[in-house]
Amino acid sequence: MSFRNAPLGVIHDRDKSTLFTSEIRAAIDTHIAKYPPEWKQSAVMPALTLVQEANGGWLTRDLMDAVAVYLDMPEVAVYEVATFYSMYDQTPTAKHKVCVCNSISCMLNGSEELIHHIEHKYQVKPGQTTADGRFTFKEAECLGACRDAPAVLIGKTYYEHLTPDALDRLIEGLE
Amino acid sequence: MAAQQNTVCFRTMHLPAAERFTLAAYRSLGGYVQWERILREKLDPATLIEELKLSNLRGRGGAGFPTGLKWSFMPRSAPGQKYIVCNSDEGEPGTCKDRDILRYNPHQLIEGMAIAGYCIGATVGYNYIRGEFYEPIERFDGALQEAYAAGLVGRDILGSGVDFDLFTHLGAGAYICGEETALLESIEGKKGQPRYKPPFPAQVGLYGCPTTINNTESLASVPVILEKGGKWFLEQGRPNNGGLKLFSITGHVNNPCNVEVPLGTPFRDLLAMAGGVKDGKGLKAVIPGGSSVPVVPGEIMMQTDMDYDSIAKAGSMLGSGAVIVIAEGTCMVKVLANLSNFYMHESCGQCTPCREGTGWLARVVGRIAAGQGRAPDLDLLESVAGRIGGRTICALGDAAAMPVQSFLKHYRAEFAHLIEHGVSQAA
Repeated sequence: MSFRNAPLGVIHDRDKSTLFTSEIRAAIDTHIAKYPPEWKQSAVMPALTLVQEANGGWLTRDLMDAVAVYLDMPEVAVYEVATFYSMYDQTPTAKHKVCVCNSISCMLNGSEELIHHIEHKYQVKPGQTTADGRFTFKEAECLGACRDAPAVLIGKTYYEHLTPDALDRLIEGLE
Repeated sequence: MAAQQNTVCFRTMHLPAAERFTLAAYRSLGGYVQWERILREKLDPATLIEELKLSNLRGRGGAGFPTGLKWSFMPRSAPGQKYIVCNSDEGEPGTCKDRDILRYNPHQLIEGMAIAGYCIGATVGYNYIRGEFYEPIERFDGALQEAYAAGLVGRDILGSGVDFDLFTHLGAGAYICGEETALLESIEGKKGQPRYKPPFPAQVGLYGCPTTINNTESLASVPVILEKGGKWFLEQGRPNNGGLKLFSITGHVNNPCNVEVPLGTPFRDLLAMAGGVKDGKGLKAVIPGGSSVPVVPGEIMMQTDMDYDSIAKAGSMLGSGAVIVIAEGTCMVKVLANLSNFYMHESCGQCTPCREGTGWLARVVGRIAAGQGRAPDLDLLESVAGRIGGRTICALGDAAAMPVQSFLKHYRAEFAHLIEHGVSQAA
């Protein structure tokens, strides 16, 4: 077979009770409980999501290493996951991420205009944070809100049928 | 106009928006009656699977594989753990239907997954939902809590001795995880890179155990099929194209919408439901089944009905039911450049023809769109596209190649004009 069907199972010599906060450990444990006991690594994605959120939106090497320890995984397996999925960031971001959908239905309904507007008005390219640190700008591949194009994800909320003016008002409202 | 509209996965849509997703609302429509009947009467899974086969329900995620047949591949009586997995990793550009099932009818999906688990012998299920779907995730998790509290899932459900535990697993931004074996890898805590088949998931799936993966819409259709009968469902559509299907009609239309209509509904009716082409323009082209399927010129689409076989005859595929409408005056090179960029970004990097080929396609289409195309570029595109298709582990390679091949087939002159003059014909 071409794929591994066994957990990677690496036990690190570190005290897990010193990792993260007790709230985060409890939250990760809730996810671990969803999967077979030997498959703690199945909780790697929710664990990364939790620690990224607690760290203000991005992952440090130390945090990824801590996740590896907590889930009995090799560090590299955690880096692989963290760098594969676009919702994880490995460089500092602002607290707010403004993700403009650039896929076809949004493009046909003006997403390019939104992207150009952000690039010019706020002087940022995709992946960059504004000079005042207000937000990090990302382009997103299809957000699955094609009916409501153009769509933008800010934090955990979808904003739909946006014009540059409406997007400006949303950005101005970010604290 | 379709007589039967929004009667399967969208049957809660006529209820008030603030409550249509609740257990009480779903109950008021006969929700969970099928699940309770199965548990009470200990119905034979093989009989239920036969009913599903009769309905001719075909996989709604894009591949169109018969759901009943897929379930019958599971070694249901063999010892050991088995899994049912729902693919709610909706990300095919143009597709926004499963999001509305999760938001507005989550209980029907839970009931469908429980019934699926019963039929294939799985006591554990996972619903893989894309990570950006914060609101749908909240809705689904809320519904799941209600179902647990009501004893409709969990251990020894309603005293039947049947167990079924259901969990959500969230994605984190990777289109490829909609490919079923990549999705399994992702649940196992890895990069979402597709597996070779065989072995198929029904033999070696999640955690090495027999697993069935179905799309959200497929699973949510099951309770209604069992309530009204496989024959009823089949007769809503056409032979070999049973039932109702959700279509997301987006792009250049006046009223982009999701509608659930019988398979075989004429495209022109669907376009009318979406308010016609935006700003009274003419219809130039349609991508009828999500961004991965071949584009079809408008005049052919206007003569085509929306079912698997009719769209195949028109040279494309029904796919996920995402109907992307493109108006006259649109530069097709620019549209293709957008699609090619998407596949370059989403290629998982595992197979060389796809990893390198999607980059070549995106760069060459991109330079043509920017007015910097070269005379041999069209042959180059065809050559690259032809060397990706069929040479990769999963279908993403084909999905990147098919738009290029079909755009060149139908709109070659537009590409050639742009290469020769440096400006779009459409502009």
